[in-house]
Amino acid sequence: MTDGALSSTLTSAPGVPGADVNVVPTWRRLGRRLRPGLAVAPFLLYSFLGLGLPILAVVDFAFRDPAGHLTSANVRLMAHNPYLLGFKNSIILAAITSVVPGVLGVILAYTIHTSRSGLLRRLVATASGVLANFGGINLTFMFIATIGSTGLLSVWLTYLHINLTSLGFNLYSFYGVVVVYMYFQIPLMVLVITPALAGLRASWREAASNMGASPWRYWRHVGIPVLMPSVLGGMLLLFGSAFAAYATAETLTAGTVTLAPIQIGNLLAGNAISGQVNVGYAIGLGMFVVLAITMVLYGLVRKRASKWLR
Amino acid sequence: MASLTVEALEDLAADPAPRRRRRRPRVWRGLILFAAAAYFILPIFAALRFAFQNDSNQFSLYAVRAIPSQVGFTAAFVLSLKLAFSTLVLTLLLMVPTTIYVHLRLPRMRRVLEFITILPIVIPPIVLILGVLRAAPLWLKSSPYLLSLVYVVLSMPFVYRSIDSGLSAIDLRTLVEASRSLGGNWVKTMWRVVMPNLRAGLLSASVLTLALVLGEFTMASLDLWTTLPVWIAQFQQVDAHIATAVAMLSLVGTWLLITVIVSLDRSESRRSRRRMGQ
Repeated sequence: MTDGALSSTLTSAPGVPGADVNVVPTWRRLGRRLRPGLAVAPFLLYSFLGLGLPILAVVDFAFRDPAGHLTSANVRLMAHNPYLLGFKNSIILAAITSVVPGVLGVILAYTIHTSRSGLLRRLVATASGVLANFGGINLTFMFIATIGSTGLLSVWLTYLHINLTSLGFNLYSFYGVVVVYMYFQIPLMVLVITPALAGLRASWREAASNMGASPWRYWRHVGIPVLMPSVLGGMLLLFGSAFAAYATAETLTAGTVTLAPIQIGNLLAGNAISGQVNVGYAIGLGMFVVLAITMVLYGLVRKRASKWLR
Repeated sequence: MASLTVEALEDLAADPAPRRRRRRPRVWRGLILFAAAAYFILPIFAALRFAFQNDSNQFSLYAVRAIPSQVGFTAAFVLSLKLAFSTLVLTLLLMVPTTIYVHLRLPRMRRVLEFITILPIVIPPIVLILGVLRAAPLWLKSSPYLLSLVYVVLSMPFVYRSIDSGLSAIDLRTLVEASRSLGGNWVKTMWRVVMPNLRAGLLSASVLTLALVLGEFTMASLDLWTTLPVWIAQFQQVDAHIATAVAMLSLVGTWLLITVIVSLDRSESRRSRRRMGQ
């Protein structure tokens, strides 16, 4: 394809540009005009079939009843329980597991960033990359083996006469999911925020202290305002990641916790209640809307953050 | 370095209690690092210990030894490998020529590509598979390779970014023009000039794709295909020790694969640098 494009320009190169155009047949000129498009056509077609079409299908199916007639009943169901509760819980879960790991991630990243050990910094960078991609069944097993009813930490704590279950903690519940999600959310925050910390120039701090500012005033007027957009952006990213996650919550609670993605899984797998499948598509549409809003906000915050990080 | 100079300056400044100010952060640093290390290492250790124990909590290799003979394990493992391989081939065939072409001829398209390849991050897998199950024709839905086709979409963000940053690091236009003016055709130029220069990017793209496919649970379970992660989740009810052993081995296996590929590349590039030096 591209070979032809170049050879035709090469053969026409010695000729006079004006006269040359008339020599080339019309169909060839058309071909040359279309060729750039043709080269990226497979990718564009694939993205349409693999991304565009499925999204259109979700929207379409969310507005249909089992017989295929148009209806808004499924979408209206989202304002009622248990689906409203699913969205509410999902948003609360995502909010907790974006703010708490967000703050902890910044503290951890700062501790490591200001450390003098290059080895530690490299180790943490690699580990964060690996741990941020943890999830699903492996992570579930790791936490069952740690703080499940006969887990290692649970057993250790009973020696200290601390019983997690009698304290009200249950790994297979909403707060169990919170604890497990932190495992990949904190490393994700470390990955996202480290470039921003590197952008915090030492000269700003030196300038502030030369002018007599205390460390607290430096953070209050320089450090935190500069970092804030990046921190918010990172938290929005964590929000999206926790809101969309399915595998970990599903394998940990076996589908018993009320979260929007878990409800989709239950509606799709539960063939007994056929006719409810369309409701799953309406939840999917709702999730898509929440995530689209999150990502638009992320884009806006990112633009603000890049002002200082060059 | 920067923090060193700042701290030295702070020490020079008249400070009533320089000692205490320096020591407190160090204690905090130690505490934070210890807590983080405990939180991240303990679950890995606990799961590994559990995988190497029998029902009476004694060290045992029975779980690891019993893996190959478990019902459905081989089928799930082979299916996961097939999906990983076909996804990798398809992704590279689709993304490499497109990204190179856009870099060479259509730089304006880069923004479009960037936008499209960020979408799989915005659209959660569970919503995407809903749509795919609706939109795919029946003959495709009955094949496990439908998953491969969707995994290509999931891997786009990583693969595009890896190749794109690889291409941005080299002077692609000059390399291609030099090769073409020396009489190399397009196939030769791609294979002998562009690909070797892209090796690091292609490598990280491949590693990320393999790790993604081998660990993917959501789509496979909703498409009702028993890949390795789905099998592990189901087998949990039969024998938790064996299921945990498989899960931890797959994790260790993926890490080993990544380490081996990356270190192979490092030694290879070191050797080629030495060759060039001579």
